[in-house]
Amino acid sequence: MNFERIKEKLNILADAAKYDVSCSSSGSKRANKNKGLGDSSGMGICHTYTEDGRCVSLLKILLTNHCIFDCAYCVTRKSNDIKRAAFKVQEVVDLTINFYRRNYIEGLFLSSGIFKNADYTMERLVAVAKKLREEENFNGYIHLKSIPGASDELMREAGLYADRLSVNIEIPSEKGLKLLAPDKKREDFIKPMQKVKNEIIQYKSEKKLIKSTPVYAPAGQSTQMIIGASGETDAEIMYTSAYFYKQFKMKRVYYSGYIPISYDERLPSIGTEVPMMRENRLYQTDWLLRFYGFDIRELLNKEHPNLETDIDPKLSWALRNLEHFPVDINKADRRMLARIPGIGMRSVHKIIQARRYRKLNWEHLKAIGISMNRAQYFLICDSSAFETKDRTAAQLKSLIMGTSGSKWRGAYSNQLNLFGSNAPLTTS
Amino acid sequence: MGMIDQYIYDGTFEGFLSSVFEVYERKPLVVKIVSERIATENFFDEEHTVYTDQVKADRVWKGIQTKIGKKAGDWIYRAFLSEKPDRERVLLRIIKKGFLGHRVTEDYADVDVLRLSNLVKMVGREKHRMDAFVRFKLTKDNVYFAEIEPDFDTLPLNAIHFKNRYADQKWLIYDRCRHYGVYYDLHKISYVKLEISKDINTSEAAPFYFTHDEMHYQDLWKNYFKSTNIPSRKNMRLHLQHVPRRYWKYLSEKQP
Repeated sequence: MNFERIKEKLNILADAAKYDVSCSSSGSKRANKNKGLGDSSGMGICHTYTEDGRCVSLLKILLTNHCIFDCAYCVTRKSNDIKRAAFKVQEVVDLTINFYRRNYIEGLFLSSGIFKNADYTMERLVAVAKKLREEENFNGYIHLKSIPGASDELMREAGLYADRLSVNIEIPSEKGLKLLAPDKKREDFIKPMQKVKNEIIQYKSEKKLIKSTPVYAPAGQSTQMIIGASGETDAEIMYTSAYFYKQFKMKRVYYSGYIPISYDERLPSIGTEVPMMRENRLYQTDWLLRFYGFDIRELLNKEHPNLETDIDPKLSWALRNLEHFPVDINKADRRMLARIPGIGMRSVHKIIQARRYRKLNWEHLKAIGISMNRAQYFLICDSSAFETKDRTAAQLKSLIMGTSGSKWRGAYSNQLNLFGSNAPLTTS
Repeated sequence: MGMIDQYIYDGTFEGFLSSVFEVYERKPLVVKIVSERIATENFFDEEHTVYTDQVKADRVWKGIQTKIGKKAGDWIYRAFLSEKPDRERVLLRIIKKGFLGHRVTEDYADVDVLRLSNLVKMVGREKHRMDAFVRFKLTKDNVYFAEIEPDFDTLPLNAIHFKNRYADQKWLIYDRCRHYGVYYDLHKISYVKLEISKDINTSEAAPFYFTHDEMHYQDLWKNYFKSTNIPSRKNMRLHLQHVPRRYWKYLSEKQP
């Protein structure tokens, strides 16, 4: 192996792949078999974290950064003057195996620029996965990018070797896509997604009848949207997201704050701050939809097209719906407990367990670990000391914010100015 | 001041279970189980030396698993691995409560249950960290070798994880703090004590112990770690929260 040449390629092709935020390595059920290498039946593992605090779980690389498309938001776009490189199939296999054996990674996340055409590219991605599974008896995690426009046959094959498949829709709205990626069509993204969804459904129903049905993409599919490149509101983004969760049974939708990489006038200029706080609020909203039983219409709607930046979306919802509070911690159902600001799902679970043995008071709740700063105004428990004052939402908000040390405190005065100068991104 | 019956055991889990057996047999009024490593002589206490007895330990362990539950058993074992000075006290109380029918994995408003669940969480987190932070290096004897210094004694838990994962390669993980290792020989895992030279981590000595390709793969990994970073999102606070400095010593990507 020519390590110097490999190092050069790795630097180029890892650098180009890093804008894909997914690093998930969980949700698969692939156990080690026949004394092979690897196991991805447990929970995901982050083997290290980059200096920007993101999890490193998979060897995340492009097969090549040669690309026939010219999408404005992408570093790999045809018109960008950068170094290009391409891995051979065997080189990716060797790197993956050797990294995995040293416990650096949970597996491989392989994406690619599109060279020649969609199928030609997809074929090579599938070839890597097939080699890993069949020649190396590799049971680690494999995430393959579905290339927009790839044929159904290839997508079928991809799912037989990969744990997860993903196509990034990148731009949340069709008008944005037209502006920034004129040679790409929404149908091309949808086509492989639809195929994967159907295959998963088919696998699940066949599995019930025939136990030996080959596993198909056990960790499901995911997608990603770039935030802050094309002027969508939070509502537009999250309604799109909710649609993809529902329509294509996505395991995850990722939100990636746009990192300026181009002087293109259609995009925020280089030096513009990455909208990390906004990204964080979108993820919080995503969590509320998936785990807390909220409906998207409760959180974002015509009256509230954007999330508040200074408080989290659950607190924001509670302040708009004070008539539901205070909640009695010893009586309320799981759904309502989950809606109390400052109480996460783990605490909900502990509260439900613990209250079977005694009525819970403030001391118990503190010990369980709820965030009293926020929660205290929204609940009653086994204690005569509770908030009796009828405060307005604005009063509550300033009380809570006065005592909370948000990690965004420094960032957010800055970001407000920033959004002010960029009309489509203005948040309320 | 009343007399305390002090049961001194060898610090192993079996030894602790043997102590529990004796406490149940003799029914002392005020009791304290102490590992010999931290036992201090006390004029007022009545001392008993507990001999680790596999049969007694098994009986207690079976009793815990059937009467209190499998999950409770797992929690008790994990909390024991925390090596915290209050572990024997908390665990004895938990076992007593459990045998009386108390649900020791559910009643989070009970102080002992809360402490137990905290210990379990701490050990679980450290175990997970070690699953992540182990960095194998391929030795010239074709053994993948790693060293760790976990905050708690998590290696027995890690051993199972690595056995499932690396079934087709020989590996050895050595705990530098507790001076023992786990070795997998392609068939089974065994606990080993070894002398490992101090210089094994130095770059001068590396070519002597490790394969030629090993250095290259470490170098590739370091490069990958750098290339995958996004400088405009730099957030060292978050980085350190996930990878505290005390773990850097054995992380190849963090070496200069």
